[in-house]
Amino acid sequence: MNRQGSENYRFFTSKTWILLGLAVFGAIVALYRLAVGLGPATNLSDSTPWGLWIAFDVTTGVALAAGGFTVTFAAYVANWDKFKPIARAATLTAFLGYLLVVFGVFLDIGKPFSIWHPIFFWQPGSVMFEIVICITLYTLVLFLEFLPWLLERLNVLTGVRDFLEKRSVLFTLVILGIMLSYGHQSSLGGLFLITPAKLHPLWYTQFIHHLFFLSAVCVGLSMVSCETIVSANMRNREHETGILDGLARGTAIALLVYFLARMADLAIKGNITAMFEGSPQSGLFLLEMGVGVVLPMLLLASKSIRSSIPALLTSHGMVIFGVVLNRFNVVFLTESNMGAAAYFPSWQEFAITVGLVSAGLFLYKLIVTQLPIFTTAAEQKH
Amino acid sequence: MSKGVLVDTTRCIGCRSCQIACKAWHDLDARYKPSNGTYTSPQKLSADCYTLIEFFEKKTGDQPSWKFVKDQCLHCQDPACASACPVGALKKTSQGPVVYDQWLCIGCRYCMLACPFQIPKYEWDTTDPWVQKCNFCASRVESGMEPACVKACPMDVMYFDDYAKVAQEAERRIANFPGKYVNHIYGYREAGGTSWMYIADRPFRELGFNTDVSDKPYPAMTWKPSLSKILWEEAGLLAVLGGILYLRNRRNHEEGQK
Repeated sequence: MNRQGSENYRFFTSKTWILLGLAVFGAIVALYRLAVGLGPATNLSDSTPWGLWIAFDVTTGVALAAGGFTVTFAAYVANWDKFKPIARAATLTAFLGYLLVVFGVFLDIGKPFSIWHPIFFWQPGSVMFEIVICITLYTLVLFLEFLPWLLERLNVLTGVRDFLEKRSVLFTLVILGIMLSYGHQSSLGGLFLITPAKLHPLWYTQFIHHLFFLSAVCVGLSMVSCETIVSANMRNREHETGILDGLARGTAIALLVYFLARMADLAIKGNITAMFEGSPQSGLFLLEMGVGVVLPMLLLASKSIRSSIPALLTSHGMVIFGVVLNRFNVVFLTESNMGAAAYFPSWQEFAITVGLVSAGLFLYKLIVTQLPIFTTAAEQKH
Repeated sequence: MSKGVLVDTTRCIGCRSCQIACKAWHDLDARYKPSNGTYTSPQKLSADCYTLIEFFEKKTGDQPSWKFVKDQCLHCQDPACASACPVGALKKTSQGPVVYDQWLCIGCRYCMLACPFQIPKYEWDTTDPWVQKCNFCASRVESGMEPACVKACPMDVMYFDDYAKVAQEAERRIANFPGKYVNHIYGYREAGGTSWMYIADRPFRELGFNTDVSDKPYPAMTWKPSLSKILWEEAGLLAVLGGILYLRNRRNHEEGQK
């Protein structure tokens, strides 16, 4: 099997060097942050205790990595053969995504070397505790799903590999992964249940945790779609139109469910007119729901859009934009009611965020060229 | 016995002895901060300022009318911060104080978001940062003493006693001096009740109090709709996933077993 796509495949293209450079620069800034503390390295303050790292690296990062559990659901639980060829890539993306989230949390918390405390000092009444435990366990599950491919490449520990690739073990891991994903994807929204007076009523609801889960499903499918398109380009392969069409239809349905849930919630609370109140918040809401939900939903429902690669990329890009904006709105609109100080991330915060994303893309490229990630439907065992 | 404090804002003359006593007892730095044209100094609570006197001016007839309000942790009976903390670093003790264990804390700062009164502050400029806030002088209270600020106050603004007596005293003062106080004990119902309570001669909104605070305890806001249900939801999800898995994989499974 020629995984590199062509004989004269070059791993280190100029883009790869740039990714590596940004990742290394981010790592240097991360060392600086560890050496000097949060104050000098960030623009965080008592009125903005959560900044870019929580809003993007953690809250958004977890949502963007939701492709792992959505695609493994489709491929293994629902047994849709169509999605099996991308199950490994989606799992790999989720694994790398969660590694970056864990690293982002490590850098963001004030005492990075106490990051293990929640595993020993339980506090089941805390949403944050539940998130930390679910993310830790899910990262472990993703590692166990990833491990057999590494062992296959290294050709060691075949016993472990055979065990992890047993149907019963794999299915257990997949189902555990979905349950853990539900637990923390929703609880990231659940964090804000306790800030009723701070978060604007267009976002605050008793069901915010469910809305976070639904939007994570949407953006997970969109991320996998973009990944499938980009990696086919990268490997000079034909686009897998059948898979892309299935993902696009799935995304459109998920967006519809999310849209209806959110509108129904606003309508029941009697806040639906608040979106037209003309405030900056209502503008952000309309942007989030219009460009991020309604428009891509209509676009992806059309067959001609679904069969055009640029149109697919644009539509899925809008979904990603919408969910990123949603997470930013929830975090920063809550904090806008915590004091007058305005927040804009420091260059160090940007450098670390860019570095984390670059490291993820670099590792992804490295792993898909070295490990058996992309397999054709015929090679699938399950 | 759980303790409480009643702050009678009508008595405060703004001498700030409480601020000084707090800094002295807790050995907190007192750095230069510009006055910024108001009597409130420093401007905000911070990691080295657990309590401060906020200054409010209003025109009454032709005269200025000044009010001084002491700000510090209200020590909720069922604190939002304690329920937010993933490691139990913040705890309500049986004597009333909400105390913090800097060793347990991982520095996630969720307590700062969760607190409806915006009390927890952070040590941003150190590599081993702690969350900081008024601790109700827990070690003094435990030894039977009043908090440092209460001890230092020359105007008897604060009444420190068992919680039940403090609440009674608030009601007694409002009843015994008709027209002097507004009929509202801030902290009696707010956030499900707090160990520190306030009475005042004007609406609390005019004195910088957060009047959007819910009367319900904050921990229930995350517990009821989300955390208390999660195990049931997960069990339901497991049943659904198992069902789909069984129905959709029956054929393959039979083939796999042949």
